Amino acid sequence: MSTKVPVDRRAFLKSAAVTGAAALVAGRGSATAEQSPPSAPATAPIAPRESDPSGVVDVLTTDRPGGDFMVDVIKTLNFDYIAANPGSSFRGIHESIINYGGNRAPEFITCCHEESSVAMSQGYFKIEGKPMAVLVHGTVGLQHAAMAIYNAYCDRVPVYVLAGNTIDATMRRPGVEWDHSVQDAAAMVRDYTKWDDLPASLPHFAESAVRAYKIAMTPPMMPVLVVIDGGLQEDPVSPEVKARLRIPKLTLARAPQGDSGSVAEAARLLVAAENPVIVADRAARTPAGMKYLVELAETLQAPVIDQGGRMNFPTRHPLNHTENGRALIANADVILGLELTDFWGTVDAFRDSLVRSSRSITRPGAKLISITAGDLFMKSNYQDIQRYPEVDLAMAADAEATLPSLIEAVKRATSAERRRSFQERGSKLADARQKALDRARADAAYAWDASPISTARLSAELWAQIRNEDWSLVSEVGSVSRWPMRLWTFDKHYQFIGGSGGAGVGYGAPAAVGAALANKKYGRLSVDIQSDGDFMYAPGVWWTAAHHQIPLLAVMHNNRAYHQEVMHLQRMAGRHNRGITRASIGTTIDNPNVNYAKLAEGMGVHAEGPIADPKDLGPAIRRAVEVVKRGEPALVDVATQPR
Amino acid sequence: MKTFAVALAIAAAAGAQIQTPAPAQSRAATPAGNAENGKKLFASDGCYECHGREAQGSTATGPRLAPRPMAFAALSRYVRQPTGQMPPYTSKVVSDADLADIYAFLQSRPEPPPLETIQLLK
Ligand code: HEC
Repeated sequence: MSTKVPVDRRAFLKSAAVTGAAALVAGRGSATAEQSPPSAPATAPIAPRESDPSGVVDVLTTDRPGGDFMVDVIKTLNFDYIAANPGSSFRGIHESIINYGGNRAPEFITCCHEESSVAMSQGYFKIEGKPMAVLVHGTVGLQHAAMAIYNAYCDRVPVYVLAGNTIDATMRRPGVEWDHSVQDAAAMVRDYTKWDDLPASLPHFAESAVRAYKIAMTPPMMPVLVVIDGGLQEDPVSPEVKARLRIPKLTLARAPQGDSGSVAEAARLLVAAENPVIVADRAARTPAGMKYLVELAETLQAPVIDQGGRMNFPTRHPLNHTENGRALIANADVILGLELTDFWGTVDAFRDSLVRSSRSITRPGAKLISITAGDLFMKSNYQDIQRYPEVDLAMAADAEATLPSLIEAVKRATSAERRRSFQERGSKLADARQKALDRARADAAYAWDASPISTARLSAELWAQIRNEDWSLVSEVGSVSRWPMRLWTFDKHYQFIGGSGGAGVGYGAPAAVGAALANKKYGRLSVDIQSDGDFMYAPGVWWTAAHHQIPLLAVMHNNRAYHQEVMHLQRMAGRHNRGITRASIGTTIDNPNVNYAKLAEGMGVHAEGPIADPKDLGPAIRRAVEVVKRGEPALVDVATQPR
Repeated sequence: MKTFAVALAIAAAAGAQIQTPAPAQSRAATPAGNAENGKKLFASDGCYECHGREAQGSTATGPRLAPRPMAFAALSRYVRQPTGQMPPYTSKVVSDADLADIYAFLQSRPEPPPLETIQLLK
């Protein structure tokens, strides 16, 4: 069916609703009098403000709505997926994606909550290195998405959000569409997005869609938002507009490098240092970042502390001294911080116990060098900026992009004599590293047979089942006392994706599913150590995993609590000298215990548990791995020690 | 909420014990304690939250305390006046007798299995 009469949206929508509204207005007399021109008598019947155009037929049909062009634009941005909980404010582009776009590149991923859509896209990016698009209602959907957008913002992850909205008030369907319309949709998330726009036309959309992508992908990377008007999506494209349609070329901005003078100065300090330490947080944006960091550390034979914002440094490397980080910092004469979220917290101690106090832990005269793109872009409202770090040399630059020139500068500045002393340092560090690895294994043996199962045992059992696969850990490790980092061998960039960014709980499960979606085409075994509290935020994401056949092995760290908060409450009770036995009130998730296996099963996911006897754990994980290898998600619920 | 009910009962019992002042020298020696009761207290008083239910410790939240705990006097001093991140427990909330029971529990924790016998840690 083709469009008979090219008209704008006004022409075809009003025939349905406006007549009725106008009749109502006419009957109300004085209530509407103020709205009529002053010359009109108050009691006179008021003519309908709009009337049906005559002879307009079949205008709702078109074989080329604006949404199709939007899909053309989106396709040039090379999205594989677009995640959404369906919503009428973007029904136009939704239909264009699945029909005009053939539901391929992007393919529609059905989500049960916008928080899941966004967190999935956050996890996806950290594996794939390119964003996944997200569609939300500009109102209720964006409200649901907001926390996840904040996490992605703090985590420096580009999430590409398209939000539906109907701008023209006279074109809104009465009722829900009004509830789902907003003057300035982006206002709600503007404090934690890098850029947003509200295109007024399709050519404007094309330019803003491409611009948004470029901005999101320029370090520091962050979420962006483009609001897409319902009329633009749904209505036919007029010939005049059609003539102006073009899709601008996308050229990504190169990541900014540290200036040559600062790089040389940093190299000089590092080479001269007796005890240099390299600290990395969100440093390795790509696999290359990890390779560079290894090269820098090996060139200097300097220890690396991996704060785990990304997979920065191989865990078994003789120069990985993450576990001994504080002692190394305290003894360092030069500290190089690469994309640190919290340089202050890295070099200072803060006490929150009998007293609240802080002190520097560095040696007097220690030189602090910072390379971070964070210095290039700041917003003031949300305080993820952390305390002000007093560094000696600050490069407002992307660490990964700066590393090659820094490595070269270090090599140039290294004399044969320095190289010999580097080698001595390196062999001492290698010894210490071996001892730390031995210690980790010895530590893991404590509470080995305990029930609830220790997090060390859980990690060891899991490792035994995945170590010979091409695996990728798509969850955080902090709440299991970093045991995977201590016991497993991580040496590939995709084997770890860091954390939530903003510590907004509810990130875990959807980010894991998103990362697993990215891992799928590479045939990797995605592994999620899944916290119970996090599971409960938007569990519908397990259905999404089952529905889209996303292979993911979830092994639960189920301590039946929001355990971080249990400890906080214990702290308060101790400090206030009372009620130390009551920290479970309002913080635990028991009585009744949640049956996570049943929940997952109910959403089509293979599931077992809760497993409380450590002897049963290995076999259960093995069975789950078999399911995952068939291309489906599987979950093993495990009753665990708190941390 | 079973643990919670137990915790309340123990707290009440402990309250009664506070009335009797501990002998002055009890801090120096290792007092006799009831490990069974200590296990309950270790849970109800929240020690397990940071140190693990078996006092096995966590690099993230609190060090290993058992088996072979530090001397009782040092432990008691630390619990009353922690110098780091640990919250304080005064004798008002954990009596010396309770602490003695907790100590007995820590002493009663088994040694871990020998590392060579754990296939997964080889
Ligand atoms: C909120 C967390 C938390 C709780 C609850 C807690 N601790 Fe601790 N504890 C710590 C931390 C952290 C340390 C390490 C030193 C520090 O930072 O204070 C520690 C250290 C200790 C030490 C010293 C160990 C050493 O080797 O130096 C002892 C003994 C101890 N705790 C006993 C207890 C007992 C007994 C309880 C319960 C009555 C308890 N703790 C409850 C966090 C906690």
